[in-house]
Amino acid sequence: MSQRIHDTRRSKQIRRDRLGRGLIALAAGLVLAIMLLIIVDLVAGGASVLSWEFLTAMPRARLTAGGILPCIVGTIAVTLVTTLFAIPFGLATAIYLNEYARDTWGTRLIRLAIRNLAGVPSIVYGIFGVALFVNGLSLGTSIISAGLTLGLLTIPWTITASEEALRSVPPAWREASLALGASRWKTIRSIVLPRAVPGIITGGILGITRAAGETAPLLFTGAAFSLPGLPQSVFEPFMALPYHIYVLATQHEKINAVRPLAYGTALVLIGMILALSLVAIIIRARLRKRHGGASL
Amino acid sequence: MLTMPKPSDQAAPDGIQLPAITVRNFSFYYGSNRVLHDISLRIPRNEVTALIGPSGCGKSTFLRSINRMNDLIAGTRSEGEIIVGDAEIHTPATDIVSLRRTVGMVFQRSNPFPKSIAENITYGPRLWGIRDRWQLDQIVEETLRQVGLWEEVRDRLGASALALSGGQQQRLCIARAIAVKPEILLMDEPASALDPIATRRIEELILELKERFTIVIVTHNMQQAARISDRTAFFYLGEVVEYDTTRTIFTNPRQARTEDYVTGRFG
Repeated sequence: MSQRIHDTRRSKQIRRDRLGRGLIALAAGLVLAIMLLIIVDLVAGGASVLSWEFLTAMPRARLTAGGILPCIVGTIAVTLVTTLFAIPFGLATAIYLNEYARDTWGTRLIRLAIRNLAGVPSIVYGIFGVALFVNGLSLGTSIISAGLTLGLLTIPWTITASEEALRSVPPAWREASLALGASRWKTIRSIVLPRAVPGIITGGILGITRAAGETAPLLFTGAAFSLPGLPQSVFEPFMALPYHIYVLATQHEKINAVRPLAYGTALVLIGMILALSLVAIIIRARLRKRHGGASL
Repeated sequence: MLTMPKPSDQAAPDGIQLPAITVRNFSFYYGSNRVLHDISLRIPRNEVTALIGPSGCGKSTFLRSINRMNDLIAGTRSEGEIIVGDAEIHTPATDIVSLRRTVGMVFQRSNPFPKSIAENITYGPRLWGIRDRWQLDQIVEETLRQVGLWEEVRDRLGASALALSGGQQQRLCIARAIAVKPEILLMDEPASALDPIATRRIEELILELKERFTIVIVTHNMQQAARISDRTAFFYLGEVVEYDTTRTIFTNPRQARTEDYVTGRFG
């Protein structure tokens, strides 16, 4: 018995086990460290410029003073267009794929297309946006062109998120509804969607936060270096937080002087994205509660 | 709505004067795999007909052919006919929605919707356009009484159905199915996931319900088939080996295979 307990082979196994666990924990810890490092760096570099004026005033003196209000407004407006486009579009596609389509070569092709779209570099979306929205549909360089371009980029994510949410609804509920004589669409509306909505919203918002921070697709579709006033409609160019960071960090004539402003803008962008994620979490928690606790 | 035919004086060799369901040379395929072979039988009204047989024998597929739930599976195909009332149900013109209103179904695992107890019951009637609050309340009480659940849940009709016990959930599912006033109730092993006491209650309920509905039940439990059914069909490898009164099947079967199965020698 004692021999077995002190078996060297076994203790070697235990040592290995500990080593493995340690490495895994290290990797996980590193993620946290990187995240913290980014935030610390941003705060150190940009906290000094944060003020009420920074958030609510127009930029002055060739972007070296004043605030970033037009960038905040522009990013919010573009993100709204993206949301209104990408979530319904993604949801409709997901409903088709998950609830109606059968496994044919056609649907397999659609799925392949979605996977590949998710991997297309964002600058390519930018160029495509110019061709389709700016020139093709004559929407010009504008909030709507940029929002739709970001929408295209987000759609693979909203489809995937919606499909996952739909798949998590037990098939037994669909069967029960159909067996009572409900049509497929009625079943989706009354049984499937109410249950899937929290997942759809959460996944959708996460996709959108990703789009909100994109710069490349904005370059040619509507983001401006500097504008005299706020845009008056979605058909006008705009300033955006990510593009503003890019401008301040690389394109400005006094790069060192505006560095704190670039950091401050980055802080605001990160803050907005965190706030969006928080909203997603809250919505999900609320809806989960309303729909009878844990899923089956 | 499908209608039942008028009684006739036609001679009926199987002693069934007025079948609720008539099956003629029915075969069913998953892709090229034929899982039901040329089944012909007549299921009488207001009786309990049990479908028994080993796993994979086709009894569930047959049951789900009666309300065309197999339509949900891609690549299925049928031959022959199943007549419910006076309508062949496997035609392109079949109104599946009406069919499923006439032929209700209770599943193996209780599957109440993640809604309140009352909403589970009213889901079907609402589909059929009943909106009146008072009428819906009546239906809720009436059907819950029929399944013996009213006294247990009358104070919490607005509570989530998922909070009920397994046996209660299954009775709620039966209530939900009968709330649309079907003529036939299909039950796919409705008690197999329940404890003996809950099973007992479901069996008693089935015996009460046959006064008003024609019941077709798939069961793996021989004793259950013997206790509650009037007729039994023994399925094996996609064929109906024997179909007769339950008494005959269990005491004096004509086929050796039937006897082997009901006495537990194989299966």
